[in-house]
Amino acid sequence: MSPISSSAPLIGARRLRLWPAHRPGWAIIVAGVCLALIAMAAVLAPWLAPHDPLQMSPASRLQPANDTYWLGSDAYGRDLLSRVLYGARVSLTVGIGSALIAVVIGLPLGILAGFFRGLDAVVMRVMDGLMAIPNVLLAIAIVSLTSANLWTVMAAITIPEIPRVVRLVRSVVLSAREEPYVEAAISLGSSLSTVMWRHLMPNTLAPLIVMATYICASAILTEAILSFLGAGLGTETPTWGNIMSEGRTYFLIKPSLIFWPGLMLSLCILSINLLGDAARDRLDPRLNKRGGER
Amino acid sequence: MTAMQAMPPSPTAPAETVLELRELVVRTQSSPAKTILKGISFDIAAGETLCLVGESGSGKSVTSLAIMGLLPKGILEVARGEIHLERQALLSATSRQLRDLRAQRVAMIFQEPMTALNPLMRVGEQIEEVLVMHQRGLSSGQRRERVLDMLDQVQLPDIERVYESWPHQLSGGQRQRIMIAMALILEPRLLIADEPTTALDVTTQQQILKLIKALQQRHGTSVLFITHDMGVVADIADRVCVMRHGEVVETQPIEALLRHPRTDYTRQLLQAVPSLRPRPAREVMSPEVVLEAIELEMRYGGTSRWQRLRGQSGTGKLAAHDISFALRRGRTLGIVGESGSGKSTVARCVMRMIAPTGGGVRVLGKDIASLGRAALKPHRKRIQMIFQDPFRSLNPRLTVGASLIEGPVNYGTPKAEALTRAAELLALVGLPEDALERYPHQFSGGQRQRIAIARALAMEPDVLVADEAVSALDVSVQTQVLALLADIQQRLGVAVLFITHDLRVAAQICDEVMVMQQGEIVEYGPAGEVLGAPKHAYTQSLMLAAPGRHWDFAGFKPLDEVYRAERPGVSLAR
Repeated sequence: MSPISSSAPLIGARRLRLWPAHRPGWAIIVAGVCLALIAMAAVLAPWLAPHDPLQMSPASRLQPANDTYWLGSDAYGRDLLSRVLYGARVSLTVGIGSALIAVVIGLPLGILAGFFRGLDAVVMRVMDGLMAIPNVLLAIAIVSLTSANLWTVMAAITIPEIPRVVRLVRSVVLSAREEPYVEAAISLGSSLSTVMWRHLMPNTLAPLIVMATYICASAILTEAILSFLGAGLGTETPTWGNIMSEGRTYFLIKPSLIFWPGLMLSLCILSINLLGDAARDRLDPRLNKRGGER
Repeated sequence: MTAMQAMPPSPTAPAETVLELRELVVRTQSSPAKTILKGISFDIAAGETLCLVGESGSGKSVTSLAIMGLLPKGILEVARGEIHLERQALLSATSRQLRDLRAQRVAMIFQEPMTALNPLMRVGEQIEEVLVMHQRGLSSGQRRERVLDMLDQVQLPDIERVYESWPHQLSGGQRQRIMIAMALILEPRLLIADEPTTALDVTTQQQILKLIKALQQRHGTSVLFITHDMGVVADIADRVCVMRHGEVVETQPIEALLRHPRTDYTRQLLQAVPSLRPRPAREVMSPEVVLEAIELEMRYGGTSRWQRLRGQSGTGKLAAHDISFALRRGRTLGIVGESGSGKSTVARCVMRMIAPTGGGVRVLGKDIASLGRAALKPHRKRIQMIFQDPFRSLNPRLTVGASLIEGPVNYGTPKAEALTRAAELLALVGLPEDALERYPHQFSGGQRQRIAIARALAMEPDVLVADEAVSALDVSVQTQVLALLADIQQRLGVAVLFITHDLRVAAQICDEVMVMQQGEIVEYGPAGEVLGAPKHAYTQSLMLAAPGRHWDFAGFKPLDEVYRAERPGVSLAR
């Protein structure tokens, strides 16, 4: 018997496919199409919108749907369709921006907290403190303290979301740092930053992607709530929350002022959440077959 | 050698057949379908123990699941064949009949008794539940009596207290006894035991095997015993069925199989079992001590920093105490012990994964026990580790090449040079060069362990610490990896600290052996002395508990005969 020839043949290449092998369920396809349409509407709003969303025309207040105003007009005679399309811009910017910022800040904090016990105690208590305050309340407080523009609104929405990211990343790191390959890296003389970035961080990506979709959905909702409460962007900016807030007064006369932005908001959030669930099902190792042929 | 032909039928095995498998074919329900079992046939007589032996992937567990009717739905299905339990066809039975059958006439015990017990229910109640479900008409007093009687039969101490215990309050061996009690309380005709002792220490394993044997004799139960351990087979089997790649290779009575295996595969399987007799001592390569532990102590928890400053020690758990040893260049020191003996703690201290709470660790004469992270870095290079689980010791997201060059690059080797060296190392451990570009999941367990060895060698260490490095591997792969380690040791003169619970492996590769129990060294000396003629009672009990210790597998005869042949006239009462 030859001692140093390996008997088993190499197992064939098998890489993670990003495109699913099986056709995803119809709900997920519908959600994907829906979200793609909303994103297109947001990007192409200047070209798609039939009117200037800020253009007031007192002569044509509260018009019903007609050839000029496809979805009707609001109390100042502004075109509802154009405002809803432009509203998608704000919503998606806030949603994606908040998710990104939350991940960019939360990921390193979580990794450090998971790795250093001393830092862990401090960081996690701060996070506990943040989590103890209701999201919307904290956001309103932050916006009230500053002037409301896109950045402050995004910051106000992001800050309450950061603890969720930090807790998630920390828990993944806590279990991953016990893996033998992490210990092996330490004994190979790798610097702490290498260990954290190269060996620990990739473990957090899959759950983080899923978490980011939920944060995105929740940020869009929070932005709408802030606008609706009048604590968000100025009323002249078309956001779904602002449109609904103004439409509230005329709800009995013209319910479509609430219906259309409300529908867009619901569809958008539902789509993001469905896609997030799909991503979770795909990325969760417990639901997936573990790598390798065992 | 006519013993085989002349062997009388086992007195405990009358002719009646309890279980009969005919040409059983099981395949996956995926497309294309993969055949897992390719026509398995065997039978078990009443009161007989049939051992199903094979390496991982041979289909032994699938066989047991098929018998129980527990094949995972939608994944595996029986394509052809028949299973008869006491002449009743199982495959055509309705699910209701099957359920009754499973409960009353077949029982199963598993490898991991913790996951098989409900953690939220007292163990007594769990056993009683079986009676509630299947033996209606018993009063609660009668049920309790039956359960207590069963607990007594599985030789648990203080049965009243055990009855009221939660699973987590019992040891692994006790939990396996509970599982056995639960399996046997309805007096089944057939007991299927799927690696029931693999997760247990040797001494506990021996007790459980004895218990199964005793209960089998008392109740006349047939046992289908699934294992990969030839030692266990030699101890308990009446007949053996060897499986490989979903096929039965051969079925023979135990003694005939061990003496005259009919197929090459069985022969290889037996030859791969390391002998318990220590190999002849090797020459000392060099007097240089590369690794030394001096009164090493590790106490988990209890001692606060404040207490340590004041020189006090707290009340934590002492995981290792007064551990001193010296390892010379090119030698192998084995640390042997059962779980909880502190052997892995010693390895982690020596690797400086944790800081020992007392004593010293000298690598090439330099004490590293209390060095900080930065000061430690130059010394880490000198001592490298090989881990137990080859599926977790390589980062799944890095190519093999990236894993291999990580260490050298950390110490300033240019990347290109490190890659060239990595390719050489792959050749050294017997893997093709194109493995550099691949990911760990593309390799088998044995191949991954080779990669892990190559990664450790890339640092050109003086000491390799192997923590149960071959325990997760099949015997044939184990032999290859051990041979590779020995070969590397010869060529590079690296010293190995080999931590294992397997006395057979220790006997074959160690120059010196250190036996640990509850954090302390009980015996330490040359392997030939410690394992050949153990002085301490604990070492002796370990040796006595080693399964199949009366058999020389590679020589195809009992050890008695080996000794008699070596020293005529002297009979060894081992």
